[in-house]
Amino acid sequence: MAREQRLAQVFVELADTLVEEFDVVEFLQTLTERAIELVDTDAAGLMLDNQRGRLQLVAYTDESTRLLELFELQNREGPCLDCFGTGLIIPNIDLADARSRWPVFADAALGLGFSTVHAVPLRLRRQVIGALNLFAVDHSPLSDDHLAVVQGLADVATIGLLHERAVRDQVILAEQLQAALNSRILIEQAKGVLSARAGIDVAAAFQLMRSHARRSGESLTTIAEAVVSGSLGAADLQPADTP
Amino acid sequence: MTSVRVAEILSAVWADSPDGSGLPALLVRACARALPVSGVGLALMTEKGPAGTVAATDGAALELEELQFTLGEGPCVDASQSGRPVLQPDLAATAPRLWPAFASGALAAGVAAVFAVPLRVGAIRVGVLDLYRDSPGALDLADLTEALSYADAATQLLLHLQTLATADAAPLESLSVIDDRAEVHQATGIVSVQAGIGLAEALVLLRARAYAEQRPIGEVARDVVHGTVDLAENGDVR
Repeated sequence: MAREQRLAQVFVELADTLVEEFDVVEFLQTLTERAIELVDTDAAGLMLDNQRGRLQLVAYTDESTRLLELFELQNREGPCLDCFGTGLIIPNIDLADARSRWPVFADAALGLGFSTVHAVPLRLRRQVIGALNLFAVDHSPLSDDHLAVVQGLADVATIGLLHERAVRDQVILAEQLQAALNSRILIEQAKGVLSARAGIDVAAAFQLMRSHARRSGESLTTIAEAVVSGSLGAADLQPADTP
Repeated sequence: MTSVRVAEILSAVWADSPDGSGLPALLVRACARALPVSGVGLALMTEKGPAGTVAATDGAALELEELQFTLGEGPCVDASQSGRPVLQPDLAATAPRLWPAFASGALAAGVAAVFAVPLRVGAIRVGVLDLYRDSPGALDLADLTEALSYADAATQLLLHLQTLATADAAPLESLSVIDDRAEVHQATGIVSVQAGIGLAEALVLLRARAYAEQRPIGEVARDVVHGTVDLAENGDVR
């Protein structure tokens, strides 16, 4: 499929998720996955500011990205933090050349096999509410077109967060972000519950919950709540026999 | 990785109580001082509803908590159930319709506005922080943001106290913000299944284990997620 066509499809898909009962974590998760697909990168992570001096990881495409992003938060260095601090896009960073800038982060990312990183801010007027990190294994830089696509996705993420805020009256951004982060915690708890019940690892548990959410049309948060409360068991989450 | 404001609130409260006694009372008092409210109450919550008052700055704040405990209805109950704050700047105008029994009691006690902030860790209902005013009026955005920080601090405090009640001879060196990386929450889920207990107890068990072993909770959680330790068996699997 032509990239333009796929791009249009992705934006329609994301716009479609912005319905009244939409799930913030699921929305941001889909967004990170589409971002790496659209601009040919290998991994992505999205961090949000809880408005009270703390960045937290809300969506990530795989376990290695999650570790890397946590590493970045823990060591207080890395492209996502710089991007968040300045509000500026940090594109096409060759990690091998970035050792002096972020010694701990660059080594960790190189160690995971990545060679390039990009960071894009989530901006709301003059306020920066988060950042999106993209990682690539190879060295090919992103074109200006690609970077525009990534910034567009980051803007859609911001719009999504604001939209969720707008559909509930009297709710402030800090509260909205806290609720999103709490949903993330709930999902992690559900991953643990499901992995222990089904005897699978937490990544596989997450995949089961997500595909069930897709099939049933329910939000990931709803599925996680059902897993935690016990009303949805491991057997219920297995896909039906495919035709 | 800690929230700066929450850490500040906790260390200020801690400084006023080096032996760790009366921390909840200090926290609600600090919250009432920091915000344009008449009083603050802190209540424990479970899935079943209100589970008791932990601290209150004054008689009306206490009455606010006791009413909801007795009646099982009110803004704090709704906040805990929905996981979102319930903001009622003019109780007389809105509450009689929403919570008839609660409304008459609260208004009689001199409570004119209530702002209830849920204290939750994912699916775990820890409690509710209730701010009240004796005259109608909303909180502005900065005040609400500050109230959220106090709610976060209250969550940490309640978890800390529950952990102390569980762990033997737990050290009381400081009140730190919980390490809330993903593994801690995944491990909470795993331990709840392994030990056949609720998530709230599982988190306390995990924290108590970390305290007892003097290890960061993130490390203990990682062991649980990787299956090298099973807290239900109280010993190593391998």
